[in-house]
Amino acid sequence: MSKKKIKQKLISYKNAPGSAVLALLVLLSAFLTFAVLLFLIAYILIHGIPYISADLFALEYNSDNVSLFPALVNTVAMTLLSLIIAVPLGIFSAIFLVEYAKRGNRFIGVIRLTTETLSGIPSIVYGLFGMLFFVTTLKWGLSLLAGAFTMAIMILPLVMRTTEEALKSVPDSYREGSFGLGAGKLRTIFRIVLPSAVPGILAGVILAIGRIVGETAALMYTSGTVAQIPKNVLGSGRTLALHMYVLANEGLHTDKAYATAVILLILVIGINMLSGVIAKKITKGNGNGEN
Amino acid sequence: MNAWKEKLMQGVFFIAACTSVLAVALICVFLFINGVPAMKEIGFVKFLTGTVWRPNNDIYGIFPMIMGSIYVTAGAILIGVPIGILTSVFMAKYCPKQIYPVLKGATELLAGIPSVIYGFFGLVVMVPAIREFGKTLRQAGILHKGGDGNSILTASLLLGMMILPTIIGVTESNIRAVPSQYYEGSLALGATHEQSIFKVVLPAAKSGVIAGVVLGIGRAIGETMAVIMIAGNQARLPESIFEGVRTMTANIVLEMGYASGLHREALIATGVVLFVFILIINFSVALLNRRGENE
Repeated sequence: MSKKKIKQKLISYKNAPGSAVLALLVLLSAFLTFAVLLFLIAYILIHGIPYISADLFALEYNSDNVSLFPALVNTVAMTLLSLIIAVPLGIFSAIFLVEYAKRGNRFIGVIRLTTETLSGIPSIVYGLFGMLFFVTTLKWGLSLLAGAFTMAIMILPLVMRTTEEALKSVPDSYREGSFGLGAGKLRTIFRIVLPSAVPGILAGVILAIGRIVGETAALMYTSGTVAQIPKNVLGSGRTLALHMYVLANEGLHTDKAYATAVILLILVIGINMLSGVIAKKITKGNGNGEN
Repeated sequence: MNAWKEKLMQGVFFIAACTSVLAVALICVFLFINGVPAMKEIGFVKFLTGTVWRPNNDIYGIFPMIMGSIYVTAGAILIGVPIGILTSVFMAKYCPKQIYPVLKGATELLAGIPSVIYGFFGLVVMVPAIREFGKTLRQAGILHKGGDGNSILTASLLLGMMILPTIIGVTESNIRAVPSQYYEGSLALGATHEQSIFKVVLPAAKSGVIAGVVLGIGRAIGETMAVIMIAGNQARLPESIFEGVRTMTANIVLEMGYASGLHREALIATGVVLFVFILIINFSVALLNRRGENE
């Protein structure tokens, strides 16, 4: 059967050689896209894994041993700080947009436009703004806090959009049921709507974590490039991605740069997969709900 | 009591929703306040069209950087757009259902890989390859100078790769949004699968596809770290694609660390120019999306 199908297809291509060429181009492009991705990952893993050693995770960073441990701690701190700021803000504004705002409200249009604008601004512009506002004007200096606030603004549109979509996908019958049982609006949102939107929100938050972990340009002049763990959030410290940039740029520790790239890549791939798994769970959950 | 709480929380939600507006306003204000005076001091025309960038002599012309950004972005578009659109056609119309989730995950990963990793990959793989390529061309007598591999060509290739997920994502969803009757009708009239896709479905998804491309332009022009690592960063107008360039983004990051006074302000002004570029691009995307909705 399938052989017959292929034969038919070949005959139709014979009559339309242009189509055959197009089909070939489509397949070639798709192959190229995924081959390049595979090559990139394989290349970095193959060249980096042999250099991963225990002293890469030594507690102390010094010029002999460019340990990535402080950077790893800073990355975790930066991620937590940014999420603490951005996630409540993002969720609350999504609640406003979905649950409270009336349709056709002009102000909604303004919020939409600014969110779109925010998500299109390149990270270096965020970095410049963070340097001018948090570091200089608010006098926080190069610090984790300044970096975290900059990152928070940067991931805000992502958290907002995913939360909005998650809230919208909660069926209206849930809300009506809750109202019908006498619950107020606030109670309905926090007890009924938000819990059923959690997986969607989580998938977005995890994507945001990926952005924070991989960011360099926005952090260089906000959180600085000191390779130590700062005493408090007003101290400067480089994250893993920034550490990796400095290593690659200096060119003195190429083996360590490879190894750091592997750690960073594995982190990002892990984060991406986690987000994907959770996102898949939602679609499944919704499917069951409809049945 | 309850009504009071409801009102209070509604206020809290509203204030939260205002943060994005506030953030955009603050970004605009702070960039312009810090950047525009420097432009005035240097002279708008001199700043934008001057071809010499020599901070030590207080000469600030960012024309080479503007052109640098445009060159690498144009190169990225030349490479990324055809491959991206064709790949999205594959994802929407060719891909077998069994492997679709894997490939979809792969395009998301492509978007998730940090730019330092891309830059590092470019540094250790593409730069040497382009250097060899340039050398071969020079030996063949096609080029005068082969360059050292840090070049417009390298940056274009890498950026083309980096904007793929943006283009694929937007284009694919727009192709899927075209009613299937278009495709089926075309098939019924005797057109092949490819003719139906490229002459009926893609034209119907046109404004969405263009929006994706414009978004890709925004990504490419704003990319910083990856470009710095492979583009050479010479602040002068290049003569061939085998020579290095400095983009606006690179200009900011490279010199901000030690700049002070007018030099620092000139760098912020470079950021302002970049920001204006991005605002124009964003605005066109919004316009295109609106047009797409009306259609």
